[in-house]
Amino acid sequence: MDFFVQQLLNGLAVGGIYALVALGYTMVYGVLKLINFAHGDLFAIGAYLGLTLLVTCQLASTLPPFYAVLLVFVMVSLMVALIGYLLERVAYRPLRSAGRLSAVVSALGASIFFENALMLIYGARVFVYPDFLRPDFTVTILGFTIPGMRLLVIAVSILLMVALQAFMLHTRTGAAIRAVAIDQGAARLMGINVNRVISLVFLIGPGLGGAAGILVGIYYGQIDFLMGWSYGLKAFTAAILGGIGNIPGAMVGGLLLGVVEAMASAYFAVAWKDAVAFVVLILILIVRPTGLLGERTADKL
Amino acid sequence: MTGTLKNMRLGLALCVGVLIAVLPLFANNYWTDVCVSIGLYALLALSLNVILGQAGIFHMGHAAFYAIGAYTTAILNTLCQWPIFWTMPLAGLAAGLVALVVARPIIHLRGDYLAIVTIGIVEIVRIALVNDVFGITGGSNGIFGISRPSAFGFRIYKSIHFYYLVWGMCGITVLLFHFLWNSRIGRALNYIKADDVAAEGCGVDVAQYKLMAFVLGAFWAGMAGTLYAAKMMTIAPASFNFMESIIIFAVVILSGGSHLGVLVSAFLFIGLPELMRGLTESRMLFFGLAMMLMMVWRPQGLLPPLARSYEKIVRKLGREAGENGGAGK
Repeated sequence: MDFFVQQLLNGLAVGGIYALVALGYTMVYGVLKLINFAHGDLFAIGAYLGLTLLVTCQLASTLPPFYAVLLVFVMVSLMVALIGYLLERVAYRPLRSAGRLSAVVSALGASIFFENALMLIYGARVFVYPDFLRPDFTVTILGFTIPGMRLLVIAVSILLMVALQAFMLHTRTGAAIRAVAIDQGAARLMGINVNRVISLVFLIGPGLGGAAGILVGIYYGQIDFLMGWSYGLKAFTAAILGGIGNIPGAMVGGLLLGVVEAMASAYFAVAWKDAVAFVVLILILIVRPTGLLGERTADKL
Repeated sequence: MTGTLKNMRLGLALCVGVLIAVLPLFANNYWTDVCVSIGLYALLALSLNVILGQAGIFHMGHAAFYAIGAYTTAILNTLCQWPIFWTMPLAGLAAGLVALVVARPIIHLRGDYLAIVTIGIVEIVRIALVNDVFGITGGSNGIFGISRPSAFGFRIYKSIHFYYLVWGMCGITVLLFHFLWNSRIGRALNYIKADDVAAEGCGVDVAQYKLMAFVLGAFWAGMAGTLYAAKMMTIAPASFNFMESIIIFAVVILSGGSHLGVLVSAFLFIGLPELMRGLTESRMLFFGLAMMLMMVWRPQGLLPPLARSYEKIVRKLGREAGENGGAGK
């Protein structure tokens, strides 16, 4: 039973990270109908920038760990958001009137570019986050001893998700984003600056992705330049699983995928972990073709 | 206007054909090998073009069927000592059969949902191969010792032999797919790509046609896998990862969807990184950059297919109707 609970919480922690990255996919998809394949690499860039700030810029050794991490979260989110904004301007905006698949190839190109840029700048080896940043307290709940780090990751990701959802539902800007996602033309007629909304989405999504990158760095302690691909693919799977374009869907999909993976590696076989995630995805899509929370869009006539 | 465009296209096609035919005369062994690899990608892209370019199915997992074809050949050749060319139809059939089984329940999914499922398929196939699922795929080391093919007593082993084998296959493929594009099936697929609801409304069995395109493309990719196995003599799961699928996908999108475009785009995509070999480490960085620039520069692709000429179709339809006793179908 203890093993099961530990695996469940581990799955929720990983799933929370997947969900944060999936939000970037799903929000961009919502407004542009584009799968931003470079999003996973923006997340990886976040992890590396965090490392640079903490270690090379010595934030970790000059500030108390809590403030250092907090500061790095904010700074990295802003920097990655800026990169996301530039990416949209350079690689996607010129293609907006062209076919959707052209933009997908551009996104794939951007992904290869970022991945290799990371490799060239930092090197192809695995990098280690300073381990004293990792709080090593434990919490005992209902007789289960749980590593505090695990709970913190779950808490941070849920906090960010709730904040985003509140922003989307209770602010004018959030309403504008939702309007653009539903119908760009109508939103424009209502006086919404569609370009600005799209830019905003490319700030929020990558910003959350950058934060998720630091979470991975602190939680697992190590990062490599290919992490953008592996996490990005999982997060995209999570976004589809929940119904792409749907923000609560990305959250549910991410958490579910994390738990499924953790259970598969615990009770089935670690080597098949990735395959299990995809098999679950395919089975769910066969039953629910638009994902768990995706709405059935009416066919155009 | 369309006439001159068509003549220009024909001239370009002729130039490309002649160029491909005489290229090895001016190339050393290394470049011939590069061109063999370009030919294999061209073949794969042509097969994907049926699925993605003509039917508009968002398929990003073509490497899975390539892998199944290559492994079928490798297993039949090393375990049962079958000659390479005998395994080719079976490799195609195996890939086509797998495509039929996996595509059947998912073919109706909307574009992007289908994309992730096909990515999933390529990952599942790769993981299954790495984990040596039937005990005959050799795990992550793959299979080695695949014999050289021979046809009518002629042993194919030099780079130049493979060059003509692969590009000959490409030529046949272009011809066959050109006929397909001009047939009732090609028209139905294009209709589905343009508007599947309208196609359904006009009596086109959308799911059936999509499935047909998918299985045909997979069959062809399986046969390309045979050629790959024969050329390399060693195959491993790492050669069939998601990146491979992406390259094939990008070749098709950059091409714009015409057969000629696919050939040109394959040369650009596989040839350019080879030309940039001097950059060594930063090669892929520039490759990614080039991918973005090319799409921004030509969003519609290099050579989109020319518009169908309406009169020709009407004439043809009239003839078909005549053959069917005026009843049509």
